[in-house]
Amino acid sequence: MIYLALAGVLFVIGLHGLFVARHLLRKILSLNVLSAAVFLLLVALAREADPLDAVPHAIVLTGIVVSVSATAVALVLLVRLSLPRRGEEEGPGKEGR
Amino acid sequence: MSLNHWLGALLVIAGMPFFFLGMLGLLRFPDAYTRLHALAKSDNVALGLVCLGLAVYSGSLITALKLLLIWLLMLVASAAGASLIGRTALARGIKPWGV
Amino acid sequence: MGALVLVFDGLLAAALIWLAWQATHTPGLFRAVISFIIFGLLMALAWVRLEAPDIALAEAAIGAGATGALLLSALGRLAVTDEAGTPWQERGDLYFWVPAGLALLGLLTLAAWQLPSPGLGEEVQASLAESGVENPVTAVLLNFRAFDTLLEIGVLLLATVAIWSLGRMPVPGVPAMTSPVLPALGRVLFPMFALVSVYLLWRGSHAPGGAFSAGAVMGAGGILTILAGAQPWLTGSAYGPWRILLSLGLAAMLGVALGVIALGQPFFAYPTDLAGPIVLLLELAAGLSIAMSLVALYLAGQPPASWNGESMRR
Repeated sequence: MIYLALAGVLFVIGLHGLFVARHLLRKILSLNVLSAAVFLLLVALAREADPLDAVPHAIVLTGIVVSVSATAVALVLLVRLSLPRRGEEEGPGKEGR
Repeated sequence: MSLNHWLGALLVIAGMPFFFLGMLGLLRFPDAYTRLHALAKSDNVALGLVCLGLAVYSGSLITALKLLLIWLLMLVASAAGASLIGRTALARGIKPWGV
Repeated sequence: MGALVLVFDGLLAAALIWLAWQATHTPGLFRAVISFIIFGLLMALAWVRLEAPDIALAEAAIGAGATGALLLSALGRLAVTDEAGTPWQERGDLYFWVPAGLALLGLLTLAAWQLPSPGLGEEVQASLAESGVENPVTAVLLNFRAFDTLLEIGVLLLATVAIWSLGRMPVPGVPAMTSPVLPALGRVLFPMFALVSVYLLWRGSHAPGGAFSAGAVMGAGGILTILAGAQPWLTGSAYGPWRILLSLGLAAMLGVALGVIALGQPFFAYPTDLAGPIVLLLELAAGLSIAMSLVALYLAGQPPASWNGESMRR
């Protein structure tokens, strides 16, 4: 029961962080918190069932692996975005490209 | 509860002050090196007491050996981590307190 | 005893909420990342409390270990990590967010309360005997819902391809600080990683464990050996061992899925007497693929076709 409420609160925190965070890395962290909240909800519901339902567990395991792949791709994109591009000098005020 | 359970619970509770002291050191010590010192000492002793307590609680030799293995791995990891953090801090120029 | 457990649950929930808040709102990216790593570790505790030991094993290895390594290495490569001003956009938004957040929370709790309990537990228990394994989670993952696992391994391979297509791996790929501790640690711990991951793989058929935890532990071992400086076989060459291992999982699952058609079964339905060995084979292939994919994701780019005497340090 307490875990259902925890899932809801984490969902709201993650959603808020996703919208208002300034740095992209923080948005990626908020997405991960959102996924954690959804997984908590699935497994907390599965525990209510009797006998213990194994299908949400399998789904959450799949979800954890998918979320780590998505986080990895997002992080690589983030790092490449922050590097200076070819042919462009570092520094403010360079327009074009 | 049998003697096993009492002794095991006592040992686990005896480990708690060490965790607390390590946390206190992390928060209150003046620089990175002293904090590492406090954390490493307290983690090793506290985890050792908890593992010993759980091993006694379970009463089975196999579980006790597995817990001993966990404690040894944690010793290795904490020593390596403390050494790496200290070395990196020194290379970054963080001076020890009092120097 | 029930009250103590409730206190434990309450403390765990409070710690998780505080850490999630820290991860998304505290100034200082390093603090946010560290809070997130601890969040992953405490989530593993929450999974144990929710009677999901398989997920706890996978979360401790992937969610706290691999994600932590990925985040820290990305943080080290970012050009700018100091954020000017508050981490969030505007203070005045609080008037919108507090009531909206509370309303959302209320709606979600109401909806979750009225959801019917999932009812597939009995069906799973009934068909467990013909699935070839005794652990219901492994049975669901690799037999009843093996199609989902096939697609998930496909997603992992797709992520690796996406990262490799974004350019060469950034060099230096290892920490600049040379220390005798890391290679020694790698030498001492790698046999333990191999032992634990094979044990988890074998154990998955009758107790919590399975391909994902095994692959994640092995992937963490691979990341440790990269940090310790081992590089010779990690090349991106077209027919090298790494590409073969990465695609082994997907290839094995597709091969089994289509191969059973030759035996007269519908797509991806195992013949009952072969179910046990097939599940073990697929677990092995999937575990290897997951381990190699985690290492590839950590490298954040395509390794060169051959090292030619260069090294991962600059």
